Amino acid sequence: MDDVVLKIEHLTKIYQLGEIGTGTLSHDINRWWAKMRGKEDPFLKVGVSNDRTQKAQKGELVKVLDDINFEVKRGEVLGIIGKNGAGKSTLLKVISQITSPTSGTIKAKGRIASLLEVGTGMHPEMTGRENVYLNGTILGMTKKEIDSKYDEIMDFAGCSKYAETPVKRYSSGMKVRLGFAVAAFLEPEILIVDEVLAVGDAEFQKKAIGKMQDISKGGGRTVLFVSHNMGSVSLLCNRSILLENGRVSFIGNTKETIQQYLSSAKVNSEFKRDKSLGEINSIEHFFVGDRNEAKDEILFNDEIVFSWKINFEDLPGLTLGFHIKTPEDVIVLADEIILSKENKKELNYLLPKTFLMPGEYFVNTALHIPNQMVYDKLYDKIGFNIVDSGSKRSKYNSNSFKIIVNSPGKWD
Amino acid sequence: MNKRENNDDWDIIIQPKSGFLFVNISELWRYRDLIAMFVRRDVVTLYKQTILGPIWFVLQPIMTTVIYMLVFGGIAQISTDGAPQILFYLSGITIWNYFADTFNATSQTFKTNEQIFSKVYFPRLVMPISKVIGGLIKFGIQFALFLTIYVIVGYQGGDIRPNWTIVLLPLLLIYMAGIGMGAGILFTSLTAKYRDLNFLLAFIVQLLMYASAVIFPVSSVPEKYQTIILLNPFVHIIEAFKYMFLGVGHLTLNGLLYTGVMMLVTVIVGVLIFNKTEKSFVDTV
Repeated sequence: MDDVVLKIEHLTKIYQLGEIGTGTLSHDINRWWAKMRGKEDPFLKVGVSNDRTQKAQKGELVKVLDDINFEVKRGEVLGIIGKNGAGKSTLLKVISQITSPTSGTIKAKGRIASLLEVGTGMHPEMTGRENVYLNGTILGMTKKEIDSKYDEIMDFAGCSKYAETPVKRYSSGMKVRLGFAVAAFLEPEILIVDEVLAVGDAEFQKKAIGKMQDISKGGGRTVLFVSHNMGSVSLLCNRSILLENGRVSFIGNTKETIQQYLSSAKVNSEFKRDKSLGEINSIEHFFVGDRNEAKDEILFNDEIVFSWKINFEDLPGLTLGFHIKTPEDVIVLADEIILSKENKKELNYLLPKTFLMPGEYFVNTALHIPNQMVYDKLYDKIGFNIVDSGSKRSKYNSNSFKIIVNSPGKWD
Repeated sequence: MNKRENNDDWDIIIQPKSGFLFVNISELWRYRDLIAMFVRRDVVTLYKQTILGPIWFVLQPIMTTVIYMLVFGGIAQISTDGAPQILFYLSGITIWNYFADTFNATSQTFKTNEQIFSKVYFPRLVMPISKVIGGLIKFGIQFALFLTIYVIVGYQGGDIRPNWTIVLLPLLLIYMAGIGMGAGILFTSLTAKYRDLNFLLAFIVQLLMYASAVIFPVSSVPEKYQTIILLNPFVHIIEAFKYMFLGVGHLTLNGLLYTGVMMLVTVIVGVLIFNKTEKSFVDTV
């Protein structure tokens, strides 16, 4: 089946960074004048890629999407993955015509509907019924189409009883369900979905994923799906693309693409805050190692040590916490300590050897008062590898059968 | 892979903004249900949580007319060309309000819909068009008020002189809607990126009203200034409206033609600039 319904050719999108300050109007005029004469944009720096680690200069132009090319076939569910800032959302916005590309073309067969948010345009003063019609027409349905699906929509959302109640009296969960239900009954040839599944309770998420599978399999529709949740991407998508700094760095089946994504996520095993800052209640230094130095790789047979140097004042309830998670976002364990005057500024935590199985891990840590205030946090920055040095499982292929912790039990 | 494919095979082609594209009428027509929904939303939600509700539609012109009768008719003694004062002012206010409301509503299109525009695509002109249609409902109610008072005054022997030109009323409405929307979407486009002009908005409408023969007849303007004041298209519309119902005022074919041309220019310029702004709007806010 080589029935291509969406074709993207040399798509590029350029944004200007920083605030619009003085000189922008004259820049605008210059740029317009260059364009009128068919010349290149005089303010566009050649070869600038979207690298968030460097500080943006005021007025600098950045290629958020850089020469993107791909095709999507009818009935396909294409996943789009990548780090924050890789250009995923921008890509969706360009495809759904919310913003226009700087160069390149997108060609599509049939209607495109995008779901970047649930319940767009809903009005709190209007009733559930009125909002279904309003939201539906905003998403591109006609009144007739909504008429024929109205009962199903209300059933799916579980709001039939409250059809004549203003939406402002709905719980937030009901609002989300109603919004998703309207979108789920859209029948565009191409549906664009951006992480909307992250809302609602577990039961509703299951229902939503099921509905998306129906849409693509039963209806022969094409879905573009962006998510950070590798679980739902691998569940829904047969093929995925990986975006990195605005470029397509990999296209392939979802499993390979996720593998590629995980291995591309570079992390350090050490964090050191800029000395000049010296703020109160902050983590100054944090590292993972086996003795006194930071190590990216720790042997399975060695102890794992986390070391903090923190700067804190005596606040009731101030807590230093951390958790270890796998790249798939499974949290393996967590622990915390309530800080008081007696605590030193340097703290260590020891994990026994042969506890974590070989593989890649992240460690997130935060200085906070639980449920009140987060003073400092290091999330998705620090990671380490456990290297196999003779575990029982080293003879197996770890990719197909992933184990996180070594069993502490014994044969008797 | 079929290499011979041409662009006709595709239903949607998205390309960089290519200057001034004109309106895609068939696309707007496909979204007619959305226009209806927006009109409905505005009507349903406007007077939620008010006690008097739609009575405000009627109260506002009545109170304004009373003030005008006191200030301009009573104290300043400005002529009404022999027409009953209450009808002279009320007619001016009724037709002027339609313009003012259309302009005010459409001139905030980008500002008030930032949230929706950044999340979903539909032809952006749907918004201002729905405001123009929604405004007609309010105009209808205020016009009914005018007619009621008109009949009462006439019944009591007031000097009203209705004539055949009343058939031209729809034309005046189209003029007012066109200029109001054209100017409104031009304004919202200009303020999307640089918001300075927004500060002008409040008194532009006010000043325009005083220059548009709402409170005085053109005949009371000194001869040498008449050509200048007749350059203002609103003067023709308001004078024509008064002539239709009261027989006083200034209604000429040339005036109507001139106003029609001005309206078309406003609409075309407005739509062109609006189209251009709409494509990059999401990036500039």
